[in-house]
Amino acid sequence: MRQAYRILPVYTGDISGAASALFELGGMTVIHDPSGCNSTYNTHDELRWYDRDSLIFITGLRDVDAIMGNDDKLIHDVLQAAEEFRPAFISLTNSPVPWMNGTDFEGIASVIEERTGIPVFYVPSNGMHDYVRGAGLAFERLADRLVTDPGVKQEKPVMCRGRVNVLGVTPLDFTLQAYVDDLSARLTDAGWEINSLWAMGESLDRIKNAAGADLNLIVSSTGMKAAALLNRRFGIPWTAGCPVDGFEEKLFEAMDRTMADSVSRVAYLAADKDGSIRESLRSAGAGRTVSKDIQKTAGDRMTLIGEPVTMGSLGAAIREKYGIETRVVCPTEDCQGLTGPGDVITRGEEEVLQALRDDKLVLADPMYEYVCPADCRLIRLSHLAFSGRTYRKEFRNLLTASHIGSANV
Amino acid sequence: MLKRIRPEKENRIPNPAGAAVRIADAAYPAPFASELEFNAPVHESWNIVHIGMQIPQAHQIYVCADNCMRGVVLTAAEMNAIDRFSSVVLEEKDLYEGNLEDITIEGISDCIRKLPARPPVVLVFLVCLHHFVGTDTGRVYRELEARFPDIQFIRAWMDPIMQKTGLTPDQKLRKAVLDPFYKGEDSESRNVSLLCDNFPLEASSDLYQLITGNGYQLRQVQDCKTYQEFLDLQDSCLVMTRSFMAEYGVRRMVQRLKRRYLYLPPAMSYEEITEELACVCRSLGMEMPDVSGRAAACEEALARALDVIGSTPISIDNMGVPRPLGLARLLISHGFHVTCVYLDAVNEEEREDFLWLRQHQPNLVLAATMQVKMRFLHGENRPDLLLGAPGGKHQELLKPLAIGPKAAWFADTAYFVNLVEMNGMWGFDAIIRLADMMIDAYLHEKDTRDIVPRKGFGCGSCI
Repeated sequence: MRQAYRILPVYTGDISGAASALFELGGMTVIHDPSGCNSTYNTHDELRWYDRDSLIFITGLRDVDAIMGNDDKLIHDVLQAAEEFRPAFISLTNSPVPWMNGTDFEGIASVIEERTGIPVFYVPSNGMHDYVRGAGLAFERLADRLVTDPGVKQEKPVMCRGRVNVLGVTPLDFTLQAYVDDLSARLTDAGWEINSLWAMGESLDRIKNAAGADLNLIVSSTGMKAAALLNRRFGIPWTAGCPVDGFEEKLFEAMDRTMADSVSRVAYLAADKDGSIRESLRSAGAGRTVSKDIQKTAGDRMTLIGEPVTMGSLGAAIREKYGIETRVVCPTEDCQGLTGPGDVITRGEEEVLQALRDDKLVLADPMYEYVCPADCRLIRLSHLAFSGRTYRKEFRNLLTASHIGSANV
Repeated sequence: MLKRIRPEKENRIPNPAGAAVRIADAAYPAPFASELEFNAPVHESWNIVHIGMQIPQAHQIYVCADNCMRGVVLTAAEMNAIDRFSSVVLEEKDLYEGNLEDITIEGISDCIRKLPARPPVVLVFLVCLHHFVGTDTGRVYRELEARFPDIQFIRAWMDPIMQKTGLTPDQKLRKAVLDPFYKGEDSESRNVSLLCDNFPLEASSDLYQLITGNGYQLRQVQDCKTYQEFLDLQDSCLVMTRSFMAEYGVRRMVQRLKRRYLYLPPAMSYEEITEELACVCRSLGMEMPDVSGRAAACEEALARALDVIGSTPISIDNMGVPRPLGLARLLISHGFHVTCVYLDAVNEEEREDFLWLRQHQPNLVLAATMQVKMRFLHGENRPDLLLGAPGGKHQELLKPLAIGPKAAWFADTAYFVNLVEMNGMWGFDAIIRLADMMIDAYLHEKDTRDIVPRKGFGCGSCI
């Protein structure tokens, strides 16, 4: 049965995803929930909670208030906290019971905004989806409500390859600020100017000015919805791909093409579709030091499990480096358009088991060991959005994870 | 060190009003209003997963939405018990289509069939959604019991939406695990059962010594290796519990089966401890021992601790100590400098201590742990400093000593007694040992950042 999980955990939920996306921006996130959502989020999904203050609260919803539709208490409590903290914005997130009751969050948001003068928006989570959905919706709402129209766009600086909004950056996929700093450095070293980075180590003011960018770079699927909206609002095209070792130049070439033709594209899939990059990767791989051990173990294929943009980019880099086929098993939501023909979208533990049944070599979070075939070798890449802090001692920079030398296999 | 992220206009310390109050001005039993809630990054308390894992050979199955599932499944993972945990993830269509019973039954059945071995007992946790759609839980369990007659199904809940107007999931669970008890007579054996406490009663405690010293055997869930051994705990001549959270469940069981029962909370006064021991003696027909020597030993231990700790400001939390006001009273009456107690409500069992403290230490600060301002009222901005608790501003110069992990986080101190629910310590022995732990905590730093976010103190942690 698809919804039954014998042993695997679920991915970070949509409510936590939304909170994670907005954590650093000086807003106040209110989760309309009885208990547990904040604890789950800050225990398993939020590495910044101990060391950094952020206004993320729950309402402590009671049964009687849910049954009687006592929205006044929610409004009153939010107003009280808003008066105390004067946040830059307020986001309201939903949870299963108020979602089922049909609580009018859009209306409640309007009331609070009118009374406080603070921008208030509703992130339509319900606790029944994963972090890609929740963070994606939060970034989308941010793009909708807070990004301002610059009017006439300034010319791109001559020395700059392009001004980029980097979309989809949360610890759930990128873990630590140091890794995000590395991501930024790769872009700036290659001549790109970072216009804004959504949203780690970034200010809200720069995010508000996102419309000044020439290009959106989607580094995880949590950035997809915001990219689509910024494209609709301001005509900014996007490229999806993550600058992991071995894939950077191909990604930057794809970004150049997007800058030139204003056609949005998925860099790692474009490489597959026209074949040219795939072939060049293969030949490049064949000419390099290819690990025979990996080839022998993998047979025809290595499977990567996880969020499609990061894993797709990593797969492309591994193809080049080792000359082996790769595919992505994608258990996260909202990955349509971000996976290729050979990839597999799964829902639930049973489908993951099915997808992996013939695999010999898998790169994934260590917890997938429970469902890998007995003769399969697992390359461990801890993913916060899956195993939380369970393997925190193994956290590593995703951007360097393509160096999977035989010792690691 | 800590980096504060605050909105531009919030680069200030919130007024502690509403989040902290002098005890002289505090309302009883709810000093703080129910508003938005903050969750401190301190997770050493036990949750329902930890409690359920105490039942030997039990497998747990939760039926809930993703976001709710995440916390419980990773609790199991972090305590190295994910192989004893399965889940059924609910989706919107399960609510639209009105077939929540079917999904629940089929999902649980599928999980059980996939297990490598059939467990003798399965703890099923239904959730808030099951209440709100009016799930026919009777049908769910009838069907499961028909399909798996060899399994004992425990009817547990993870329904925190009910907890402010009724019982908590923790209380319901501790009742549910006793529902299979069926023996309606006290045993003629000399077995005494201590039920539903998270931490074992240690052999050094006065209670343990009293019972075993009179030829009785004290049995606890922590001694059980199999589910049958757990069920055998009902073969006893007296049932006891020490936990406030267990009291409801154990009382319901003994009322149902008409068994002899004692509730023996971890008291902090010599008089109450003595009375509790006397209750045990009366119940078992034993002679009450002379405990004056034990009280004297407590006095000596507290004096030793005071010599070392002196006027150091002390804060206490209700995660570490079930009777935080009782402990504050004990310490203050022995010359210690208690400045702050972290709690969100005053337990009715502590009413007398509350009144005593109000009279004798009116400037003692009560601070909430969940009130939203507490996001900022910690470290150098901790409430007892802002409200001018006894000792005044000079306290800033002293390293604070905390008793309990939440107090350690709020006080931002590396000097703390790391304990949850008194670690099961009880009686005079608890006071003596706690005094020694305070000395040790005062003298030796701990890595607060590493320790307090770990879940379920004593349950094992892989992180």
